[in-house]
Amino acid sequence: MNQILKKEEKIETFMRDLLRAFPRESGFLIPLLQKIQETFGYLPREAMERAAAHLGISEAEVYGVATFYNQFRFHPPGKHPVKVCMGTACHVKGASVISESWERRLSIKIGQTTADREFSLDRVACVGCCALAPVSVVGAKVHGHMAPTKVDGLLLAIQLEKEGKKLSEP
Amino acid sequence: MNPERPSPVEQSFAKLRSPARQKWQSMKKGAEPAILVGTATCGRASGALEVFKAFQEQTERAGLKAHLIQVGCLGHCYAEPLVIISRPGFPAIAYPRVNPVIASLLVRSFLIEGDPPIELMLGAMEENDSFPTVWELPRFRLENRFLLRRCGLIDPENIDHYIANGGYEGLCSALQKEPEETIFLIKNSGLRGRGGAGFSAGRKWEICAHTEESPKYVICNADEGDPGAFMDRSLLESDPHQTLEGLIIAGYAIGASFGIIYLRSEYPLAEERVKKALAQAEEKGLLGEKILATDFSFRVSLFRASGAFVCGEETALIHSIEGKRGMPRYRPPYPAVSGLKGKPTLINNVKTLSAVPHIVANGVKSFTSLGTEGSKGTMVFALVGKVNNPGLIEVPMGMTLRQLIFDLSGGVPRGKRFKAVQIGGPSGGCLPEKFLSLPIDFESLKEAGAMMGSGGLVVLDEDDCMVEVARYFLDFTQKESCGKCTLCRLGTWQMLDLLADITRGKGKTEDLDLLRELAEDIQAGALCNLGRTSANPVLTTLRYFRHEYKAHILEKKCPARMCRALTAFYIIPDKCERSCDACVGSCSMEAIKTGRGMKKIIDQEKCVKCGSCLGACPPKYGAVTKISPLSEVPQG
Repeated sequence: MNQILKKEEKIETFMRDLLRAFPRESGFLIPLLQKIQETFGYLPREAMERAAAHLGISEAEVYGVATFYNQFRFHPPGKHPVKVCMGTACHVKGASVISESWERRLSIKIGQTTADREFSLDRVACVGCCALAPVSVVGAKVHGHMAPTKVDGLLLAIQLEKEGKKLSEP
Repeated sequence: MNPERPSPVEQSFAKLRSPARQKWQSMKKGAEPAILVGTATCGRASGALEVFKAFQEQTERAGLKAHLIQVGCLGHCYAEPLVIISRPGFPAIAYPRVNPVIASLLVRSFLIEGDPPIELMLGAMEENDSFPTVWELPRFRLENRFLLRRCGLIDPENIDHYIANGGYEGLCSALQKEPEETIFLIKNSGLRGRGGAGFSAGRKWEICAHTEESPKYVICNADEGDPGAFMDRSLLESDPHQTLEGLIIAGYAIGASFGIIYLRSEYPLAEERVKKALAQAEEKGLLGEKILATDFSFRVSLFRASGAFVCGEETALIHSIEGKRGMPRYRPPYPAVSGLKGKPTLINNVKTLSAVPHIVANGVKSFTSLGTEGSKGTMVFALVGKVNNPGLIEVPMGMTLRQLIFDLSGGVPRGKRFKAVQIGGPSGGCLPEKFLSLPIDFESLKEAGAMMGSGGLVVLDEDDCMVEVARYFLDFTQKESCGKCTLCRLGTWQMLDLLADITRGKGKTEDLDLLRELAEDIQAGALCNLGRTSANPVLTTLRYFRHEYKAHILEKKCPARMCRALTAFYIIPDKCERSCDACVGSCSMEAIKTGRGMKKIIDQEKCVKCGSCLGACPPKYGAVTKISPLSEVPQG
C-alpha cells in the first residue's frame, strides 16, 4: 500500500514540474509523452490523464496517439530490457529462432515483462548493426551473432552478476 | 564579385574558416600522431569504445602525446572496429577488427617503435612506397564517396573539422546569391529525392518557394524505418553538419525561417551528435539570427519520431509533429503547398539534403558528372545479408548489381549460390540472378518491379526461401499499416494469412492467383505509398520465384529448407563421428541424444529447428543436414 502511494506521489510531483515547461498546445503531446516514458520507462495511466488535462484534449485522444506509436509502452519494463532485432538481415540469419529462445528461457512472450520485473522482452525493427546479425540488445549493450546458446550464456552472466560473482567476457 | 573585395558574407565566413583550417593543419602536420577510432553505432556494437579506452590507457602509460579522436563510420561494417593511425613519417594506415590487445600492440610497435605491423593492416590510406594501400582493394577503388567523403575521417562533434574540409562553403556561396539561383542550381543538377520515390528535389523546392504563404517550414526526414537500412543514421552520426548545412541552404532558398529534423527515436547517438552540431553551428553564427552577417535568420529544432514506419510518408510525418496519430491523408494538396499547420512545408530526406552543400559549393557539374541520364549523382546503399563484406557503399548511379555484390562486397560467403537481392525494403522487391547485370537507377529498378527505396540491399543465397522473405516483409507492413484505408488494412492482412499458410504447407494452388489479385488491388487503391508498394515483395517473388511457391503448395517442400514447418534437422548416422559431442553441447533444448553405437539422434519432438547443431558439427564430418519435405526424414 505504502509503495503504491509512493508511486502515485512520485508521478504527481514529476508531472507538476514537467507540465510547467510545456505550453498548453496539443502539438506538444508526443514530446511530453516521450519525457514521461524517459523517466518512468513506461506511460503510467495517471501521467497520461494529467497530460490530457494540461493540453486540453481528451484522455482517449492521448491514449489513441500513444498506442499508435511503437515507442510507447504501458507497462513498466524489466530491470534488464531485452530487445530482439527483427530487421531484414537479422531475419534471414534466424532472428525468429533467437526471439523464441528468449521467450522460452524467460517464459514470457514478446511485449511482456517477467513477474519479478527482472526482464522484459520486445522486438525492434532494426538496430542498424546489420553486419552483426542476428542481434539482441540487453540493457544498453548490443550483442551480435546471437545463437540460442548465447541467450543461455547471457542469462547466466546476468544471474552470476546478481549473485556477486564475476564472469569475464571472452 | 570583385575578388579583391570579398563580400561581408565571405569575410565573416573567412573568420571561421581560417582558424579551423589552421587547427586541422597543425593536427595533420604536427609531431603528434593521430589515432582515429570509428565509434558510430556499428563500431560500438563491435567494441570500439573499449578499443578507444585501450588506446587512451596505452598512450598514457607510454607517456605518448597523441590526438585520440572518435570519428564516425567509414562504412566497412565487416572490419569494425576500424582504426586509422597516422604518424609523422608514415602514411595513415587503417587497421580492421581492432581489439584492446591489438590496440596495445599497435601503440607499442607502430607509435613507439615505428614499425607498423603489416600483417594486421587493411592498408595505407594514401599512396606511398612502403605499404600496400587500401586503394588496391576493389571496395575502395570502385566506391565514389560523394556524401560519405568525410565520414570516418573527421570528428563529427567538432565543427572545425567540418569547416576545414570544405564545410559550410555551400551556405556561404548560397547566401551571396538570390534564393532563386540556388533553386535553379538544384533543379539543374537533376537531384532526385533519396527517400524512395525519386521526385525532383529542385521542382519541390520551386513549388514551395512559389507558394505565397508564410511562415514556411523545412523538414529533414531522418525517420529511417526500413528494416535493414542505416545510411541516414550513419550520415548523421559521422557528419551531422553536412545535413544541417543542406537544411539551412534549403531554408534560405525557399524562404523559410524554421527547420525541423525529424529523427528516428532508435538512434540515440545520432540524436546526441545532431544536438551538438546544432549548438556548435549556433555558436559560430551559422544558425540562428543574422546568419553570416546577412538578414537571413533560421532556427532548427529536433523532433524525435516515435517509431512508426508510416511516418516516413510526408503527410503522416506532419501529423505526428502536430501531436496526432501519424496517418497519411490524401494528396494533393502536397505539403509543399499546404503542410505543417497548413503552411508550405518542404520535406527532404537526409541524403537529399546532404547532397545540397556540394552542389551549391562546387557547381552542378560536380554532381551531374556522376550517374546515369535520368538519375544523377551517387547512391548510398546499405548492403547486408549473405555477403562477405557488408557495409555502407556509395557508388555512382548506374553501377550493376553484380559489381555491387561481387566486386565491392566480396560475393556470397561459404561458396553458397547467390539467389536474389532484395532492394528497397518493404516497398521494394526481390530480383533474381538475371538482373545482376542491370545498371541500377530509379527507372531500371521500377521497370523490374522493385524500387530504389532508401537504398537497403539485402543479398539472399540458396538457403533463403523467397516465400518466407515475402511473408516477412508483408508481416512488417501489415503491422505498420496505420489502418486508415481498407485496402491496406485488410488487404495486407489477407495476403499475410495466405503467405503464412503457404510457408506452413497449408497453401492451395488457387491461393497464388488470389495473392496476385489482392496485391494488384492494393497497388491500385491504397491511400499512401506504404500501402501501394506493400505488394511489391509479393508480386516480384511471385513473378520470379513462382516455382518456390508451387513447391510449398504441391510438394509441401521448402526448396531452401528455411520454412521451419516444412523442414527437419537430421543427423546422418553414417557420417556421425560418434565420439564427438559437439552437437549435443550446442543444443539448448537437450534434443540430441546418444543412441546405439554412440550415434547421435535428434528427437524431432523436442527440436525447435534453431540450427545450432548444424553449425556445431565439424565440417569434416558434416553429419547434420536439413531435410524437406518432412516425409523424407528417415524413421527410427
